Amino acid sequence: MTNLLPLIRNECTKIIKKKRFYVILLILLVLVPMFTYAQMRIAERSRDKFNSDWRLEIQQRITDNQNSLSSDRIPEEWKSYRRIFIQQLQYYLDHDVNPNEPSGVTFTREFLDNSVSLFIPLLIMAVASDLVSGERTTGTIKMLLTRPVRRWKVLFSKMAALLMFVSLIVLSVFVISYLISGLAFGYKGFNIPVFTGFQLSGDTVDMSGVHSVPQWKYLLMQGGLIWFVSVVVALLAFMVSVLVRSTAASIVVMMAALIAGTILTNMAAAWSTAKYLFMVNLGLTGYLAGTPAPIEGMTLPFSLAVLSVWGLAAIIISFAVFTKRDILN
Amino acid sequence: MAKERGAEPSDIVLSVKGVRKKISRKWIIDDVTFDVKEGEIFGFLGPNGAGKTTTIRMLVDLIRPTEGTITVCGYNVNRNPEKALQYVGSIVENPEVYTYLTGWENLQHFARMQPGVDEQRIAEVVDIVRLDQRIHDKVSTYSLGMRQRLGIAQALLGRPRLLILDEPTNGLDPKGIKELREFIRKLAEGGLAVFVSSHLLSEIQLLCDRVAIISKGRVLAVGGVDELVARNSPYVLWDLAPVPAARSILEEHAGIRLLGLDEVTLDDSVIAGMGGGSVITAMDEALIPETVAAMVAAGVAVNAVHKINPTLEQLFLKLTEGESID
Repeated sequence: MTNLLPLIRNECTKIIKKKRFYVILLILLVLVPMFTYAQMRIAERSRDKFNSDWRLEIQQRITDNQNSLSSDRIPEEWKSYRRIFIQQLQYYLDHDVNPNEPSGVTFTREFLDNSVSLFIPLLIMAVASDLVSGERTTGTIKMLLTRPVRRWKVLFSKMAALLMFVSLIVLSVFVISYLISGLAFGYKGFNIPVFTGFQLSGDTVDMSGVHSVPQWKYLLMQGGLIWFVSVVVALLAFMVSVLVRSTAASIVVMMAALIAGTILTNMAAAWSTAKYLFMVNLGLTGYLAGTPAPIEGMTLPFSLAVLSVWGLAAIIISFAVFTKRDILN
Repeated sequence: MAKERGAEPSDIVLSVKGVRKKISRKWIIDDVTFDVKEGEIFGFLGPNGAGKTTTIRMLVDLIRPTEGTITVCGYNVNRNPEKALQYVGSIVENPEVYTYLTGWENLQHFARMQPGVDEQRIAEVVDIVRLDQRIHDKVSTYSLGMRQRLGIAQALLGRPRLLILDEPTNGLDPKGIKELREFIRKLAEGGLAVFVSSHLLSEIQLLCDRVAIISKGRVLAVGGVDELVARNSPYVLWDLAPVPAARSILEEHAGIRLLGLDEVTLDDSVIAGMGGGSVITAMDEALIPETVAAMVAAGVAVNAVHKINPTLEQLFLKLTEGESID
C-alpha cells in the first residue's frame, strides 16, 4: 500500500541526479545567445538600410513578395502562402503597428514560434526517452519491479515526474530566452500589441476576427499551446521508451518521427490524410500568428483534438504494456 | 485477502506448485514444484539455459507463469504482489543499482518503495553488510564485491522472510565467496529462508540444507543434500602394481565392481592425478581392509587407496546425463 508521493519523489531524484535537466539548461544557455546574436545582426542591417523606419521596411517586404508572385518559377502553394503574408503585413501597416518591434519579449515570442515543432520536443526527449528504457538498459528495472508496489504505480510516478519536468523545461525556455535576449534588445515590450485571429480560407485572409492583444497575453497563450504540445510529445516519447528496450533505439524512433513531421509539413499539402499524424500538428502557435496550416482543413481545434487522441493512446498503450509484460532481461 | 492465508503450514515461506511457462510457443519451464521452509538454505541447481533465471523471475513477479501458482507466506505473488513481495528480498542476476546515486541514496530510493523502512533501518542494513565506510560515495566508484553487498543491503531493507539470491558468488574472489557463505548461514540462523541459485555445485553442497535440481525446465530432484548424495555409492581409487594381477583379485572379490573411466564422474583434478596403476572400483568401504590384505598376500604392491565420497556434482551429472554445466 505504498503511497504515490514517495515514488514520484524517487523519480524526480533520479532525473535530477542523472543531470539530464542540467544538460537541457546548458543547451539553452549556449544556443539562445547564438540566436540572439543572429537576430541582432538582422536588426542592425535593416536599421542601416531603412534608417530605423520600420514602415519602410514592411513596405519593402510587401513589394518584394508581390514581385515574386508574378514569377512562373514559384509553385502555386508558395504563392498563396505569400499572398496571405502580404495581407497580414498590410494589416499591421494599416494599423500602424510594428510586427517586429525589437525587444526581449518579441524575440522570445518568435523564438518559441520557431522552436515548438522541433527544438522543444528534442529537449523533452532528453528526459522522456530514457525514463523506462534507461532502467531496462541498466537492469535496475528488476529492482524497481520486485518491490511490493503495483506496476501501474511505478509507471504513474514516472509519468507524473515527467510532466513536472516538461513544465519546468517549457518554463526554462521562456525564462532563459527572455533573460538572454533582453540583454541585447531590452527587457521591455510586454505591452506591444500583437494581432491574432486571422481566418484563412484559400489564399484570402478574413480580417473580421482579428483583434490585438498585448504581447504578454500573447505569450501566455503561446505558453499554454507549447506546454500542450510538449506534454503530448513527452507522452509519446514515454510510450516509445516503454516499448523499446534500449534508450538509443527509443531516441532514434522519436527523432525520426519528429523530423518526418518537419519534412511532411513542407510537402504534404497534397496528401490530406497526413493531417491525422501527430507530427504535422505540432505547430500550434502558427494558428495564433495566422501562418497557414501545412495541410488544408487543419484548424486549432482540429490539431488539439488530433494531439489529444495521440496523447491518450500513448497513455493507454504505456500502461497496458508495462503492467502486463514479462521482464525477460 | 484474509482467506488466502493459512492454506499452508506456517513454516513454509515459499511454495511453488506446478509452475509452467510458455514463451513463443515453447515450454521454457515445464512443471516446477518445490517448497522452501523457514530458516533453511535452499539451493537451486541447473546448467545454463535450464530455466533457473526464468524461475527466479517468476518468483518475484517479473514474469507471469502460464500455469501453476507461486505463494509467499500465503500470498499469491502474481495476484497479490503488494502483499507477497513485502516478505521477499531479492537480487536477480547482478546487483543492479543506480550508479549515479550514492549507496545511501540507493537505499533511500528502495526504502521509499516499501512500508515501515526508516532511516534507522537503512543504517542497520548498512551496518549488517559492513558498507558504512563508503555508503555516501557514488556507486559508480564501488567494486563488484561492494555492489554485491549493497544489493544484499537493499534486499534486507524490508526485513524479508525470504531472501532470493541469483548466482550470488558470480564475480567474487574465493575470500568473498567464503564471507558470503558465512553471511548467508548467519541470516538463515535468524530464521530467514534463503533461496540460492547456482551452477557452482560445490558451493551449494557446502551451503545448502536442501536443493532442487533443474534441467530443461523440469525439476529432476528435490531433497536434502545428504539424502540426495547418499543415492550415489562412493568410489574407491586404487594405485596398484602390477595391474593385471590386481584386477583379477578385485574381479574375484564379491561386492566389488570395476569401473572404466567413462562410467564414473570424477573431478578433473582427480583424473589428472591418475597414473598407469590406477583402478577405479565401486564398493562398500567396509571391504577395503580385507581387499588390501588379499592384495598383499598375492604380492601386489598397494601404493595408494583413496576413497572418494559422492558429491552433488556426480548426482547432478548423472541426472542431467552429461549435459554441459558452464
